[in-house]
Amino acid sequence: MEKSICLYFQVHQPDRLRLYRFFDIGREEYYYDDFANKTILRRVADRCYLPANKLMLELIKKYNGSFKITYSISGTAIEQFQKYTPEVIESFKELAATGCVEFLAETYSHSLASLISEGEFKEQVELHSKTIEALFGVKPKVFRNTELIYSDTIGEAVSNMGYSAMLTEGAKHILGWKSPNYIYTNAINPRLKLLLKNFVLSDHIAFRFSNRSWEHWPLTSDKFATWISEALSNDEVVNLFMDYETFGEHQDASTGIFEFLRHLPENILSSTNFVFDTPSGICKRHQPVAPLHVPFPISWADEERDTSAWLGNELQNEAFSKLYSIEEAVKKCDNKEITNNFRKLQQSDHFYYMCTKFFSDGAVHKYFNPYDTPYEAFINYMNVLSDFMLRVEKPKKEKAVAKKTVIKNKSGKTKTSKKIK
Amino acid sequence: MFGWEFPPHISGGLGTACQGLTTGLANCETEVLFVMPSASGDEDQSSVNIIDASDIETSETCRDVKEFLDKVQFIKIGSNLVPYLDPVLFTEVVTQEQEREIEEFKLSLGEKYKFSGKYGKNLMEEVARYALVAGEIALREEFDIIHAHDWLTYMAGVTAKRISGKPLVVHMHATEFDRSGKNINSEVYNLEKRGMSEADKVIAVSNLTRNIIINNYGIDPSKVVTVHNAVDFQDSKAVEIERGVPEKIVTFLGRITYQKGPEYFIEAAHKVLKRYPNVRFVMAGSGDLLNRSIKRVAKLGISHKFHFTGFLRGREVQEMFAYSDIYIMPSVSEPFGISPLEAMQANVPTIISKQSGVAELLNHAIKVDFWDIDAIADSVYGLLKYPALSKMAVKHGLDEVNSLKWDAAALKVKQVYSSLL
Repeated sequence: MEKSICLYFQVHQPDRLRLYRFFDIGREEYYYDDFANKTILRRVADRCYLPANKLMLELIKKYNGSFKITYSISGTAIEQFQKYTPEVIESFKELAATGCVEFLAETYSHSLASLISEGEFKEQVELHSKTIEALFGVKPKVFRNTELIYSDTIGEAVSNMGYSAMLTEGAKHILGWKSPNYIYTNAINPRLKLLLKNFVLSDHIAFRFSNRSWEHWPLTSDKFATWISEALSNDEVVNLFMDYETFGEHQDASTGIFEFLRHLPENILSSTNFVFDTPSGICKRHQPVAPLHVPFPISWADEERDTSAWLGNELQNEAFSKLYSIEEAVKKCDNKEITNNFRKLQQSDHFYYMCTKFFSDGAVHKYFNPYDTPYEAFINYMNVLSDFMLRVEKPKKEKAVAKKTVIKNKSGKTKTSKKIK
Repeated sequence: MFGWEFPPHISGGLGTACQGLTTGLANCETEVLFVMPSASGDEDQSSVNIIDASDIETSETCRDVKEFLDKVQFIKIGSNLVPYLDPVLFTEVVTQEQEREIEEFKLSLGEKYKFSGKYGKNLMEEVARYALVAGEIALREEFDIIHAHDWLTYMAGVTAKRISGKPLVVHMHATEFDRSGKNINSEVYNLEKRGMSEADKVIAVSNLTRNIIINNYGIDPSKVVTVHNAVDFQDSKAVEIERGVPEKIVTFLGRITYQKGPEYFIEAAHKVLKRYPNVRFVMAGSGDLLNRSIKRVAKLGISHKFHFTGFLRGREVQEMFAYSDIYIMPSVSEPFGISPLEAMQANVPTIISKQSGVAELLNHAIKVDFWDIDAIADSVYGLLKYPALSKMAVKHGLDEVNSLKWDAAALKVKQVYSSLL
């Protein structure tokens, strides 16, 4: 039987917050650092998105349908592409037109909503699905949660939303002796299939590719294809999940990462019995082997593969719970701009900046972090959030005042009616 | 007069106090020659002559280095006291040591020594070199009284006294016990004690400090005089600022260190917020307890109502006062404490700890024990809830502050001088 290899890339860019001081609370309505966002988008587009998309298109045409890839693009990234680098969207559209590319659904704002609010989670997934369908003409059928966060209950919710499969991390502490290279199912609803990331092989490319002290450096596509064919002789599916920014941004073009990618399909197709496929195709081709029990949320981040990169210390927990404490109030406002800001403040990146796990994964954290210390990140975020809370409460107060007057009128009426009696 | 800093380049209240005092002395016809380690040239010299110690070349007039060393030998704290040597050997060792030192001094002081004038790593070394330059200045200049501010300049003051034979006054703006609590730096303590023992008079900025000097340093009470600091508000104008937040604002402004008692402010804020939500707390400044404070605030879950501004400069401080409805100084130990006076001058009612020198002067500020967070919370609540109380505090507070003049303090200092002539 033919075996499958799935190449999946995550495309995301956060809305970075500007330096928002205490004195700005209640006076400045704009929270974002447009200059940083614009320059970073431009840089990453030139170094990664545009050249990588061009290469992918070439490869898809060259192999005429036997090279397939998968993307999920967060809503915040799409918004920023439209604003700053619309040519990136065009190149994704070209890729979509080949029919060899699958786009996955995720949370629109790259949020952690699945951990706290099912309602908000659903809304964001629906919004994202609509956005993807409008842009690329296909409604996503497979789901991938922010940072590959998954648990039994999240899986159940996703399945209730009508998705047939979901991507997550092949975390060691969940799998135990089991291999990530098969299809599993959700423990509550077996109809939801699970594709697990092979983190060893994925991280060879994403994190270790340019590391000269790594014993296997330099990594060639030839060597990589040999590992796949030899080590995985009994397995069925290999899932290579990584940030798209691996190509050209995290791993500079000078490391040869694009050359690696250019020759990978050739080596895999010629020297192994693997074929490239997308999650939907893989789910049709292979049968699930067992349900997977995940009582507590897992993710693809850090050594722990849990949610502690975003919700691991007091600062993060405080900011997170304060943010979702106003969810109800935001919904009541029913104001487009307020909802937009609420979504943007939910981006997982804001919480990532407050992470204090400096020792094991500090290098990765530092690379992504615009703040010098997690404390600065927290102060800035809380200042913005305090201002936002004020704005959310304002219209509510007006409404409350209006209600009071109504009540007064009513009581006045009852009194007069009593008198008449 | 030996100081360490002078406005505009200051890191604490010492420079401001020196300026106020010298201006006051000039007004009562006392000429002041102010020596500081590193002048920038933009100091206000209208009422004081500033000598930059970095400009003094020592080798020229210090021809007889041996004589100089004899006079200042005390500086080398006990370094010549080698135990278990008989008198003959001891003399030999001392002679050798002195010859070596003469060479060294010529080497290091043949050229001008550049002082950084900052509170940094080589502080002790700078303090010693400053003392040597002071000896040089004592030989060159003419004066009647030597006045040294804080331990950094005591060696300089004592050297000048040894060389010139003029009376020495040392001024205690803070003791090592105020700065470090129980874990005092014994080197600093010894310098302070030596300075005060050698001095003819000791000026303390408050009775609180005077008591510490008498009890903890064993200085003869008849030598110690209290002269309270004052404030000068000539150049500070009322800052008008548009407030962005509807809530009342309670402020802590100062270094976030053990001495200032930031944790009592946080705990009191927590108590107040439980009862009276319509208020925000601001902690302005930075220091070694900043990160711990942020963590504590996050843990208490009040960070949406508790803000950090970081270090504030010049005008920002005035803005912060203009923003505030209540100012709290919960210092664990504050020899004087000028900031409550600034707050009162800006029409902000203040709560100060009884463990501050300024509490001896003020009648129209609320005084609490620094550790009594219930009392602090009570006072905040009272000032917020009963406008009459804060109105009263503001009105009389302003009069009280305006009556504290440097001229009056300078007159007292002059009396101290006269008693020595």
